[in-house]
Amino acid sequence: MDNGVFAQFVALGGGLLLLTGVLIVWRRSLASNVRLLMLQGVALAGLVAVIGVHARSAELLGLAALVLFLKGLVLPTVLARTISRGGAAPVETPLINTTASLISLSLLTMLAYLVSQPLQASGTGAATKAVPVGIALVLFGFLILATRRHAVSQLVGFLVLDNGITTMAFLISAGVPLVVELGVSLDVFLVVLILQVLTGRIRTEFGDTDLDDLRELRD
Amino acid sequence: MALVLLAPVMICLVLAALTTFGRQPILCRFAAPGSAGAILSCGIALAVDVLGGRTPTTAGGLLRADALSAFMLIVVGSVGLTATWGGLPSANLKQRDWLYATLLCLFLGAMSLAVLADNLGVLWIAVEATTIATAFLVGHQRSRRSLEAAWKYVVLGSVGVAIAFLGIVLLYAATLSAGVPTLSWSVLHETHPNLDPKLVAVAAALAVLGFATKAGLAPMHSWLPDAHSQAPAPVSGLMSGVLLSVAFYAILRVQSIVDPIVGSGLMRGMLVVAGLLSLLVSAGLLLRQRDLKRMLAYSSIEHMGILALAAAIGGPLALSAALLHVLGHGLAKSSTFLVAGRILIAEGTTEIGRIRALLTRRPGLGVPLLVGMAALLGFPPFSLFFSEVAIVLAGARAGMGKIMVVAVVLILFLFAGLARHTSGLLFGSPTEGAADNDLAGQPDKSTYGTRAPLIIALGATGVIGFGAGPLASLMLQAAQLLGARP
Repeated sequence: MDNGVFAQFVALGGGLLLLTGVLIVWRRSLASNVRLLMLQGVALAGLVAVIGVHARSAELLGLAALVLFLKGLVLPTVLARTISRGGAAPVETPLINTTASLISLSLLTMLAYLVSQPLQASGTGAATKAVPVGIALVLFGFLILATRRHAVSQLVGFLVLDNGITTMAFLISAGVPLVVELGVSLDVFLVVLILQVLTGRIRTEFGDTDLDDLRELRD
Repeated sequence: MALVLLAPVMICLVLAALTTFGRQPILCRFAAPGSAGAILSCGIALAVDVLGGRTPTTAGGLLRADALSAFMLIVVGSVGLTATWGGLPSANLKQRDWLYATLLCLFLGAMSLAVLADNLGVLWIAVEATTIATAFLVGHQRSRRSLEAAWKYVVLGSVGVAIAFLGIVLLYAATLSAGVPTLSWSVLHETHPNLDPKLVAVAAALAVLGFATKAGLAPMHSWLPDAHSQAPAPVSGLMSGVLLSVAFYAILRVQSIVDPIVGSGLMRGMLVVAGLLSLLVSAGLLLRQRDLKRMLAYSSIEHMGILALAAAIGGPLALSAALLHVLGHGLAKSSTFLVAGRILIAEGTTEIGRIRALLTRRPGLGVPLLVGMAALLGFPPFSLFFSEVAIVLAGARAGMGKIMVVAVVLILFLFAGLARHTSGLLFGSPTEGAADNDLAGQPDKSTYGTRAPLIIALGATGVIGFGAGPLASLMLQAAQLLGARP
């Protein structure tokens, strides 16, 4: 793959990741959030595959398949099942309204481009140009975690954050060593499973999954 | 020795598998203490090897035991043995006890992996695995409160530790552009690659922020009092006594990589802020606590703050004192949590206001609580006295006198608060405010569980301050290893 095509593919992947991130914050229906998360996983896998083809690395292509399987298929499916068990499709009512969240998104994206300047200086090439996307996704994840009160939304926030970190890892250093990548994927998978089980228990115990009910432990 | 490096993790995994699939009652009861005992023996074997001048390495360099790893493995093993032996489940097992035993083994195995890994990535995986193993242990009682605590613990723990992973990714990027792609600190110490200081500084800040969340340092401590008060007593003992220290160990490793590259100022600044803030938070909230286990949890935040200050000071004296503090605090805190669990069984509550005169009414519980709290408060001859004095002296000598004055004032404040709560529990007239006074006449001498682990753990805390023997040279060697800064 020559450098021009590579740069365009990386830009496309980065753009898709950013777009899905914005849409996840915008949309309030949890079901559409999960579909967007699936799309984001697929885009991330595509980005990894592009980097793999460019670097002629079979290991990276294998990792792309792993990312596709885990973030594009398994984790969104787990989330979708968590939602469907709760009966009627829930809609999130965030602590801030849509306008405020979209304004925060643009501010966070600008912040991401500002803070990634030292990172971009350390490397050249098309891949490092897309690093701000990773940071932006991490910040979006924090925004979701901070402003949403539904248990599944917290899971979505955690996964967006994790997607951001994975994006950065692949863009900046073509991934961490294989054994670390495998262990991290397993950990993320298990954390999501645990949170799913806990969500189920919260639903049985409290009747719904609004985390505002969790306020017995205070100082 | 390669086998001894693999053994702790393998034995824990095998015992966890056997409890899940074998389901022998004897296994279910003794799997966790067995794991802890195996870890302790491997730790001692590795320590002997390390003191003999060797550095065992295996699994392609992923596992490695230097003095610090061997010492931490001994801490994991000894605190683990105290907590699991003292918290042995009764002979008539219930269904959920299988899961409990399996998760305890996995928890101990993950902590052993964390201290034996010579790779920041593997260390991260192991620390995250401890969150996974303990999630259901915190929520074991299935009450609303324990569910809430487990949820907060998993979300805050995973998000915090994810930030640390971001830092690790950036560090890896820095080593990649310097031509030595590695996450192993032994490789970094040997090769001294020319890393970009700006990138390493950002990486270090993120990694410390993340691991500090797991270590319960303020301002990322909010999950800790909930999780440690809602978990079953042996689990609280393990989490407070040793899991926090394992996260602190991760900070020490990051510090040893980063300091030679960006200078000690960055880490020192972050650790001083985190340390003083932790002392301030625990001092501010301790007096308001109504629950014995929450009080112990805040005392853990205090001790983590002291450790953060010791790491900020640096140098062999402060760091070896920090390691002594880790061991002493681990043993004393796991013992006091065990006693708190037994008080819950005996009195039906851990509310401080409803328990009075334990020393006269229930000497079997009152005496170990008195001794454990004396150790935590830092009375001599307990080792925490010596380590705290050494840390403050080292701080004053390193030109951080003002910070040490603030720290000592806060520690004295905490001392007063803890002493006030404890004296309420232990002394006072038996009739005052107690829920059931039927025992007021004849003292209940039962200890509600095995006595030996408490005696051994608290006895060891009393002795290691001045008679650590070969352990002292191990701690000194570990501190020199960390303190070898330009």
